[in-house]
Amino acid sequence: MPDSAIVAESLSRSFGDLKAVDELSLEVAEGEIYGFLGPNGAGKTTAVRMLCTLLAPTSGRACVAGFDVAKSPHQVRKRVGAALQSTALDAKMTGRELLRIQGRYYGLNSAEIANRCEELAPILEMDAIDRRVSTYSGGMKRRLDVAIALIHSPSVLFLDEPTTGLDPSSRVKVWEEIRHLNNHMGVTIFLTTQYLEEADELADRVAIFNSGHLVAEDDPEELKRQVGKDVIVVNLGCSAADAEAVLKDVPGVEHVETSGTELAISSSQGAATISPVALALSAADLPVVELSLRTPTLDDVFFNLTGERMDEESHLSSEIAEEEAA
Amino acid sequence: MSSEVPARGVPARGVADRDRGFWGDLAAVANRSLQQLPRDLASIIPALFVPVFFYVVTIGALSGIANFSALEIDYKAFQLPVAIITTVTGLSRAAALVTDIKDGYFDRLLLTPVNRVSLLLGLMVADLTVFLALCIPVVGMGLIVGVSFPTGILGVLIFIAMGTLWGLMYTGFPYAIALRTGNPTAVNNSFLLFFPFVFLTTAWLPQENLSGWLSTIATWNPVSYILEGMRSLFVDWDGVAIGKGLAAILGVGLVAQIFAFMALRRRVQNP
Repeated sequence: MPDSAIVAESLSRSFGDLKAVDELSLEVAEGEIYGFLGPNGAGKTTAVRMLCTLLAPTSGRACVAGFDVAKSPHQVRKRVGAALQSTALDAKMTGRELLRIQGRYYGLNSAEIANRCEELAPILEMDAIDRRVSTYSGGMKRRLDVAIALIHSPSVLFLDEPTTGLDPSSRVKVWEEIRHLNNHMGVTIFLTTQYLEEADELADRVAIFNSGHLVAEDDPEELKRQVGKDVIVVNLGCSAADAEAVLKDVPGVEHVETSGTELAISSSQGAATISPVALALSAADLPVVELSLRTPTLDDVFFNLTGERMDEESHLSSEIAEEEAA
Repeated sequence: MSSEVPARGVPARGVADRDRGFWGDLAAVANRSLQQLPRDLASIIPALFVPVFFYVVTIGALSGIANFSALEIDYKAFQLPVAIITTVTGLSRAAALVTDIKDGYFDRLLLTPVNRVSLLLGLMVADLTVFLALCIPVVGMGLIVGVSFPTGILGVLIFIAMGTLWGLMYTGFPYAIALRTGNPTAVNNSFLLFFPFVFLTTAWLPQENLSGWLSTIATWNPVSYILEGMRSLFVDWDGVAIGKGLAAILGVGLVAQIFAFMALRRRVQNP
């Protein structure tokens, strides 16, 4: 495909008997933000390491920026940038020194590096750029890491879980920067994440990856539409363990999930089902603290496809809610 | 796709067409290693302090009684090559390399188009700088305590060059361990290799005064020939002794560097 920034065809990687990535095929258009969503241990990092030439595939092939990762890794490396899962910084050096050194690896001269630093100023904390990295916060390190990955103006940027471990405000800043890179610099971004909201918020298309397999790939809204059902979320003033039996015969209720004091009820007609649910719970002396109706999330998509929930969403949601409340 | 996205991604402005070549890559990697040195003095200064301390103690304690039949030179001169070899043997940027591997910086280097061989040679440029910076004061100290070089300035330069070259060649061992294991403890423990290499030699006595198993081992230990080659510069020009010393350096160095570059190759293929 001529306008594809990334193409993978049956890409696989095994470690002994473990198949970390199994027959991965995907295509990412130029200028797209592609969300690669999956839980911890799904094989996302292995896939990224193959695509950015750090790891040789066991089988299959991939082209990035128009070059085969196995046959022309040198050409691929000139055209891609990557901020891998852990920030790869030399703590004894300053931000400016690291940018300068990285620029040199790509053959940039001093003037070009200085220009790029100016261009990357929105990402960098310029006040801190001459301080040693050891004094940076986690968010500052991550932003410097991304800036270093961009010093040579790559056309494709791999971001491997760029917000993992960041506090919510730093996470939101990184999101803004990712949007900026894509919108204003036209960089194709391959974003792996375990955070559903991150993929939902940023990605033009999302691939759902689980246990080394690509299980779905589409526009996030389209993926959610495929689930189809509304979700009624109920917070009870007591354990929700008994509620499933109470609700199983309520008209419109198709599936009930419980977690602590929370109930998630799937229904094709959420608006029509919400009242019968409230009445049934009240009749069973289960006090309703909060009741809301929402459309499906990517977590529901993930559950629909894999039968499992991604644990991190509630964690992230609650962190952001706490931050916003503060 | 996001709004405002150009139809095609912005190409890397000219970078994709550039090729710095091997020397440019080497300069870029070496530049970083050299920049790290002043911030890593804690690992360099002890390397100078310990041999100088032992040199002073050894010549102070033994100069008066060292009257070996085979000794053609003053014991202060006899010990000076030992101080040089002790200073440079095992010293390298391998610990910094392990830190890079553990912190992911080495992966960042592998993501760049930099020539892979230069990743190791760049570190060795910094090693070379350190070795020169350490050998010069040790030689200066020798001159201060009265060691003389009948072979003149050229003899001094060859003396320093042999010590530096030995240190550089020997770095292959710690780099091989660093690249193979990525483990700082293993790199620190590579120091153990240093003891048989340096002390089961003619470090303390001339070959003729050694006996038994130590004499046998010292005969086979290449460092004995390096020491003898360096010591010959305190007497007169002896091409054979210098040649044997250089051959010993290159022989051990070849083995060490083969290990290091094999480990690099493995690390690059399976980072």
